[in-house]
Amino acid sequence: MGRYVARRLLQMIPVFLGTTLLIFLMVYSLPGDPVAGLFGDKGVDPATLAAKKKELGLDLPLWQQYWNYMTNIILHFDFGTQIRNGRPVTEVLGDAFPITLQLAALAFAFEMIFGLGLGVIAGLRAGRLADNAVLIFTLLIISIPVFVLGFIVKMVFAFELGWIAPNVSNEQLWSELIAPAIVLGGLSLAYVARLTRTSMAENLRADYMRTAVAKGLPKRRVIGVHLMRNSMIPVVTFLGTDIGALMGGAIVTERIFNVKGVGGLIAESITRREGTTLVGLVTILVIIYLVTSLLIDLLYAVLDPRIRYA
Amino acid sequence: MRGAKSAKWVVGAIVVALAATACGGGKSDGGSDAKGAVDPNGIFSIELGEPEKPLLTGDTMESNGSAVMAGLFSTLVDYKADGSLEMINAESVTTTDSKTWTVKLKSGWTFHDGTPVTSKSFVDAWNWNANITNAQGLASWFADIKGFEKLHPEAEGAKPTADKLDGLKVVDDNTFTIELTKAVPYFGHKLAYIVFAPLPESFYKDPAAGGEKPVGNGPYKFKSWDHKKQIEIVRFDGYKGPNKAKNGGVVFKNYTTVEAAYEDLKSGNVDVLRTIGPKDLPVYRQDLGDRAVDQAYSAIQTLAIAFYADQWKKPKQVDPRVIQGLSMAIDRATITKTVLNGTREPATGWVAKGVLGYQPNAVEVTKFDPAKAKELIKAGGGVPNNEIFIQFNADGGHKEWVDAVCNSITQATQVKCTGDSKPDFQADLTARKSKQVKSIYRSGWVLDYPVNANFISDLFRTGAGGNQGGFSNAELDAKIAAADTAATLDESVKAYQAIEKDLVNYMPSIPLWYYKVNAGYSEKVSGVQYGQDGDPILTGVEVKK
Repeated sequence: MGRYVARRLLQMIPVFLGTTLLIFLMVYSLPGDPVAGLFGDKGVDPATLAAKKKELGLDLPLWQQYWNYMTNIILHFDFGTQIRNGRPVTEVLGDAFPITLQLAALAFAFEMIFGLGLGVIAGLRAGRLADNAVLIFTLLIISIPVFVLGFIVKMVFAFELGWIAPNVSNEQLWSELIAPAIVLGGLSLAYVARLTRTSMAENLRADYMRTAVAKGLPKRRVIGVHLMRNSMIPVVTFLGTDIGALMGGAIVTERIFNVKGVGGLIAESITRREGTTLVGLVTILVIIYLVTSLLIDLLYAVLDPRIRYA
Repeated sequence: MRGAKSAKWVVGAIVVALAATACGGGKSDGGSDAKGAVDPNGIFSIELGEPEKPLLTGDTMESNGSAVMAGLFSTLVDYKADGSLEMINAESVTTTDSKTWTVKLKSGWTFHDGTPVTSKSFVDAWNWNANITNAQGLASWFADIKGFEKLHPEAEGAKPTADKLDGLKVVDDNTFTIELTKAVPYFGHKLAYIVFAPLPESFYKDPAAGGEKPVGNGPYKFKSWDHKKQIEIVRFDGYKGPNKAKNGGVVFKNYTTVEAAYEDLKSGNVDVLRTIGPKDLPVYRQDLGDRAVDQAYSAIQTLAIAFYADQWKKPKQVDPRVIQGLSMAIDRATITKTVLNGTREPATGWVAKGVLGYQPNAVEVTKFDPAKAKELIKAGGGVPNNEIFIQFNADGGHKEWVDAVCNSITQATQVKCTGDSKPDFQADLTARKSKQVKSIYRSGWVLDYPVNANFISDLFRTGAGGNQGGFSNAELDAKIAAADTAATLDESVKAYQAIEKDLVNYMPSIPLWYYKVNAGYSEKVSGVQYGQDGDPILTGVEVKK
C-alpha cells in the first residue's frame, strides 16, 4: 500500500513537468504579443515595448523563460507575475481558487446527495414509475445546455419570483452560490443518478444479495451496506474526476452568475496571452486531478476488499 | 476630460432630477420630499472592469483604469464641451508663441497625504513618466517637450542620457515653464490628459505601491482595491478644485459580463452603467425610461486601408477614387439602424463629434450612392482582383456589422468582400503589426484631447502611433506640419479643418460611424452625465437619500 502510494506520487513529477511545458509551448505559439496588446489601437514606440519586455523577462529565448519559471516555482514557490497588472500570480490564484472551491464544493454536495438519492430510488424501483420519472428528468437535464439552464434559473427565481439576487455579489455568500451550484452540478447530477441506478439494478440480482436477504438481515443493512458498497465503484470514479471538471470547467456558469473564479480567469488568461497565469492555473488543476484520482484508487480497496494494492 | 459639461446636459439633468422629485412627492401623500432629497455623503456604485494595469498616471490608457484615475487625480486643465479650456489645478496656462508655455498653479492645493502640490510635483512626475527606464506606456506624450529624446531614446535597449527634460523649468513653488521643440498650438489641450497629473514626493520611494494605492490631488481619495471585485474611492474634503464631488464616494464594481451588470442595475445592486450589452440594447429604453442614456461621444469607427498590402501597391499605387467608391458603397444609415441597433451614428468625416474643429458633413464620400460608387471604382481602375478582405477581431462583437458592410459593398459594386476574422484582439494587432493584413482592417479611435488634430495628425501622419496601415504622403505630412506650427490654436484648428476636407483626395481610411454612449442609471442617483470620452462624470452624480 505504502509503496503503491509512493509510486503514484513519484509519477506526478513527470506529469507535472510535461503539462507545464505543453501549456507553456501552446500559449507561446498563439499569435498575439501580450505586451503589444497592452497598447491597443494607439500603438507604441519600439523602445517602450522593448523596455517592458525586458522588465518582464519576455525578451529571453523560450527555453530560458521556461527554465526561469520552473526554478522559481520549485525553489521559491513563485509563479511569476502577471504581464498586465504586475500582480504575483500566486495572489491572483489565491483570489480565484477559494471562491471556485466554495462553488465546486456546493455543486459537488448537491450532485452527490441528489444524484445518489435519485439513483437509489430509481435503482430499487427499476422499471416502475419512479424509475421512469427519474429517467425523464435526467434526460431533460442532460439535454439542456448549461447557459440555457443558467438563464432559466435566473429568469424564474430571480426575475419572476424574486427569491434570489440575479448575480453573486462581491461578498460571495454561501446563500448566493446555491443557484450557480445547482446549475453547475446539474449535469453531473444526472450522470450520477444514471450510474447509480444501473449499478444498483444490476447488483440487486447478485448472489450475495440473495444470501444477505436469506440470512434475514434487516432491509436497511442489506441495501445500505451490501448493495450500496458494491454499487459505488463506478459512481465514485465519476465523482472523483468530476471534482477536477467542476474546478476548471465552470467558465460558462461563472460568467452567467458573475462569479470571479477560476473559469473566468482561465478564459481571460488565454485571450490576454498571460502564459504564467495560465500555467499556474493548469498546474494546480493537474495536481487536483492527480490527487483525486489517487484517492479514488485507494477508495476502491475500501469499497471492495478484494482489490488490494501491493 | 470629465468635468466637461455642456449647458444642454446640465439642463437635461435638472429636468430629470425635478421629474424624480415630483414623482416622489406625489406618491407619498404626506408631501414629504425625502425621496428626492440629495444626500451629500451618499456613495454610489458604477460598473467597471478590472483595470488592466497598476494605477499609474503614466501607464493608464485603457478605459477601466482611466475612469478611476479621473477621480483620483486632477490635471492642470480640463476642457468644456465646446472645446475651450477650464483651469483646474492651474491658475493660468499662457503662451505667446505656442512654443514656451508658462503655468501658474493655484495655491493651497494638497495631495491626499497632506503634502502640498507645487510646480516640482508636476515637473518631477513628468520626468519620471517620460523616462524610458520606467517603461511607461504614455511616455510619448512628452515628445513635444525639449530634451525628450535624451530621456527616451528611440532605439531598442538604449539607455537614457539624462534624467530630466530640458524643457521643464521650475520658476518658483507655483510657477513653471515648458519649452517645446517646436510650436504646438493645441499643447494646452493635451495637458488635460492623465499623464500630465502631478505626483507626490512619496511616490518615488515605491512606485509599485503608488500604482496599487495611488495618492493623487483629485476630488476623491483612494480607499481600497479588492482585485477583480471592487475599487472604492471617497470624497477628498480638502479638495480645492472647481469640480468638487457632490457625493460621498464611488464604488467601482467588477462584473463578469455587461449583461450581469444590467441585471444588477434593474435589481438595484449597481447605480451607474457605462454601457449596455447587445442582448439588452433593444429593450433598455423601455426598461429604464428617463434613465436610459443615448448620447454621442468623441470616438469613431473606420475601415483603415493596409497600404503596404500587395493589393494596393502592385503593380501601382491604388487610385484614391477606388477607395472613395468603396466608401460610397456602404449604406451606413441602414446598418447603424438595424445591425447596430441605433448605437452608432453614420460618420460624415474623419473628425468625431464634440471636438474642437468638428465640421458636420465634412465630405461627400460617406453618402450611400451605388451608382456613383461603381463609377468611381471604374474610373480609378477597379479594385485589384475585384476582391477585398476586412480584418476584425472576433471577440469584440464586430462580425455582424463587418458582414453587413461587406454585403452592402458587394451588392452596390459587385466587388467580392469577405470578413477576415482573427480570433481575438491580440491576434488582430499582431497581424497589423507584422504587416499581414490582406487589404482592410477595422479600426477605432477615441479622443485623447478635444482638438481635430488628434483625429488627423495622430492617425495619418507618416509614422504616427495610430497609423498602422502604413499610409504615407509627403504632401499631407507637409500640410499637417504647417497646421501644427500655426501661430494660434484657432488657426491650427482651421488648417486642420481644411486638411480634413482634403483627405478625400488621399482616402487613408473609410469613416464609418461615430460611437454613442448607450447606458443607464438607477433610481437612486441623479445628475449622471457622460463626458466626451464616454465615461460617466463622477463628481456630478447626486445620490438620493
